[in-house]
Amino acid sequence: MSDAALPLVAVALVVSATIGIGVYGLRLARTTSDFLVASRTVSPLWNASAIGGEYLSAASFLGVAGLVMAYGADALWYPVGFVAGYFVLLLLVAAPLRRSGAYTVPDFAEVRLGSRGLRRLCAVAAVAIGMLYLVPQLHGAGLALRATTGAPVQVGAVLVAVVVTINVAGGGMRSATFVQAFQYWLKLTALAVPAVFLLLAWQGDGRPQLAGPAEPVFAETTTVSVDSAVRFVVDDPVDVIVDGRPRTLPAGAQELRQGSTVVFPAGSAVPHVEGLEPSRGSAWVRPLSGAGGVEHPLYATYALVLATFLGTMGLPHVLVRFYTNPDGRAARRTTLVVIALLGAFYLLPALYGALGRLYVPELLLTGRTDAVVLSLPVAALGGTAGPLLQALLVAGAFAAFLSTSSGLLVTTAGVLVQDLLPAGRAEGRLRGSVRGFQLATVAVGVVALVVALAAAALPVTQVVGLAFAVAASTFCPLLVLGIWWRGLTAAGATAGLLAGGGLSSLAVGITLSGAVDGGWGQALLAQPAAWTVPTAFLVMVVGSLVTRTTVPADVGRTMLALHAPDALGLPAVPTARRP
Amino acid sequence: MSSPVEPPRRVTVTSPRTSAVRRPPGRSALRALDEQDLVGELLVRSLVRAQLTLALRMLAVLSVLLGGLPLLFALAPVTRDLQLFGLPLPWLALAVLVYPALLLGGGVYLRLAERHERDFTELVERS
Repeated sequence: MSDAALPLVAVALVVSATIGIGVYGLRLARTTSDFLVASRTVSPLWNASAIGGEYLSAASFLGVAGLVMAYGADALWYPVGFVAGYFVLLLLVAAPLRRSGAYTVPDFAEVRLGSRGLRRLCAVAAVAIGMLYLVPQLHGAGLALRATTGAPVQVGAVLVAVVVTINVAGGGMRSATFVQAFQYWLKLTALAVPAVFLLLAWQGDGRPQLAGPAEPVFAETTTVSVDSAVRFVVDDPVDVIVDGRPRTLPAGAQELRQGSTVVFPAGSAVPHVEGLEPSRGSAWVRPLSGAGGVEHPLYATYALVLATFLGTMGLPHVLVRFYTNPDGRAARRTTLVVIALLGAFYLLPALYGALGRLYVPELLLTGRTDAVVLSLPVAALGGTAGPLLQALLVAGAFAAFLSTSSGLLVTTAGVLVQDLLPAGRAEGRLRGSVRGFQLATVAVGVVALVVALAAAALPVTQVVGLAFAVAASTFCPLLVLGIWWRGLTAAGATAGLLAGGGLSSLAVGITLSGAVDGGWGQALLAQPAAWTVPTAFLVMVVGSLVTRTTVPADVGRTMLALHAPDALGLPAVPTARRP
Repeated sequence: MSSPVEPPRRVTVTSPRTSAVRRPPGRSALRALDEQDLVGELLVRSLVRAQLTLALRMLAVLSVLLGGLPLLFALAPVTRDLQLFGLPLPWLALAVLVYPALLLGGGVYLRLAERHERDFTELVERS
C-alpha cells in the first residue's frame, strides 16, 4: 500500500496546485471576454510557456518514450514533427492569423470568406479534432494511475475529467493561462531531474549497451504482473513460474489472464505482445528498419511528417493561444519562444525510451510501453530515490493530462458556445454567454469521459497522431490558402474541408476499429495524411477556381489586414468577431 | 494663457533625425492602402508576395534538410549506421540537432520577415 502512497501524494499536489491557481485566476475573471481569452494581457514568455504547457500532452510526456522503446529510430519523428509543426506555423500562419482577429478557425473562416455555413462546418471539425485529442488524454490518465498505484483504470480518467471540467467551467481561460504556464515548467522539471539520475545509474552499471546485437532480454529474474489479459508471442520455449506454479511456455502465441503474475528467469528473451515484433538492438537503432513490425516504414515516416508538420496549425487549442498575443509581431515572437521551450523538452523522451529497453523490457510483453517513463526510476534506481523520482514523474504526467485536457476543453466548449448552440435574442440566451460556456464545458467533459471509459485500449500517441492527420487535412489547407491566396472561395473551402475531413475521419474510423490488418491498406489508413492532405488542397484549389466569380469583393481589404505591418496601425478586419 | 511663446531653439542639422518621433504615416499611400485602389492593391500584393516567397524559401530549406533525411537513409543505407560523437547519425540528427536547428531557422525567418515589414512601413510612410 505504501508503494501507492507517493504517487497519490504527487497527484494530489498537482491537482490542488491546479485548482489553487485556478481560483486565483477566477478572482480576476470578470466578463465573458475576460473569461474566454484572458483579455489579451498575457506577456510573451507567459504565453509561450502556456502554449508549451498546453501542448505537451500525455502523448508527449509518456507516449513518445513508449513509441521510441517499441519502434526505435523511426518514432523519433513524432517529437520532431511536434516541434517542426510550430516552425511551419511560424512561417505560414502566426502573424496573419493574429491580425485577422480570429479566435478560432471558425472565426477565421468567417472573417476571410464571410460564410456562416463554412463557419458551422469548421466548428464541427474543431469539435471533432478536440474530442479525438481529448479522449486519449483521459485514457492516458487512467493508464498512468494504474501503472503506478494499481488503481482501476477508470479512476485516473474520472479524476482528470472532473478536475478539469470544474476548473475550466469555474475559471475560464484567464486562470487556464496561469495554470498552463505553470504546467510547462513542472513538466520540464519532472522529466529532466529523473533523467539525470537515470543516466548516472546507467553509468554506474558500466554503461551497458543500449543497442546491442541481441533482442531484449530480462537482465535479472523478473516478475511480471498482468493487469489486463494479454496475448503475446514466445519465440523459444521458456521455463517460467505462473501464479506460483512452474510451467514451460511453448513457442507460439500465449495468453495470460488478468491478475496473473509470471516470473521469468534472468537472461531469457522478452516475449512481445501480439502485434509488436521483437527487434534486435541493431535494427531498433536504425531508421526505416521496420523495427517493431511497422510495414512500409518510408511511407509511414513521410505521412507522419506531413501530419505533424501541417497538423499543428490546425489544432484548436493551439490557435486560441495566438489570440492572447497583442499583435502579429508578438505572435511571431511567441512562436519562436515556443520552439525553444518545446525543443528543450523533447530532448528527454528518447532517452527514456532507450533506457526502457534495458531496464523495463517486460513492458514489451504487456504492451504497456506508454508506462516506460513512469516505470524506469523504480526499476533502474530502486531504493528511496526510485519511488521519489517516480512520484515526480507522476506529477509531471498529471500536469500533462490536466493542462492539455483543460486547453482542449476551453476551446471545444468555446466553439460549441459560439457556433453550435442555438442563438436567441432572449435575455437568457446561451450562445456567447458565460452560463452557456459552463454548460458546454460540462457537456464536452462528460462525453469525452464516456468515450474514454468505453474504449478498451488506445495507444495514446497514435490516436493523437490521428488528430494531427485530421487537422492537417482540414484546417491546414483552409488557413494556408486563406492567408496567402486571394482566389479562395467559400464553396471551394467547403468542398476541400469535406473531402479532407471526410477521408481522414474515415481512415481514423477504420484504423480504430481494427478492420484492416497488414499490408499497404493498413499503412495507408494508419497514416492517412500523405494522401488526404494533398487531396484537400487540390479540391480546395479546384473548387475555388470553378467558383471564382464568388471570390469575396473585399478580399484586398482582408489581405491588407492580414499582412500589413502592425506599426502602420491600420484598422483590423472590419467583420472580425470579438468574443 | 498668455505665457509667451518661446522661439524654437536653434540646432545644427548634421544627419537625418532617425531617433525623432515618427511622423504619422504619409497620407497618400495610407489612403491608397485603406481604400484599396489600384496603388493600394499593388502595394499589398507586393508585400504578400515578398512574405510568401520568404516563407516558401524557408519551407524549401526545411524540406531538404529535414524532410530529406528519410530519403537519405533510404537511398544511402550506409548513413543509417554512421557513428558521430558516439551516437548513431540518425539519433544525433533527430533526437538532438534538429531542435537547435529549428530554433535557428525560426530566428532567421523572424529577422527577415520583420525586415520586410519595416521596408513596407517605410515605403508607406515616406510617400
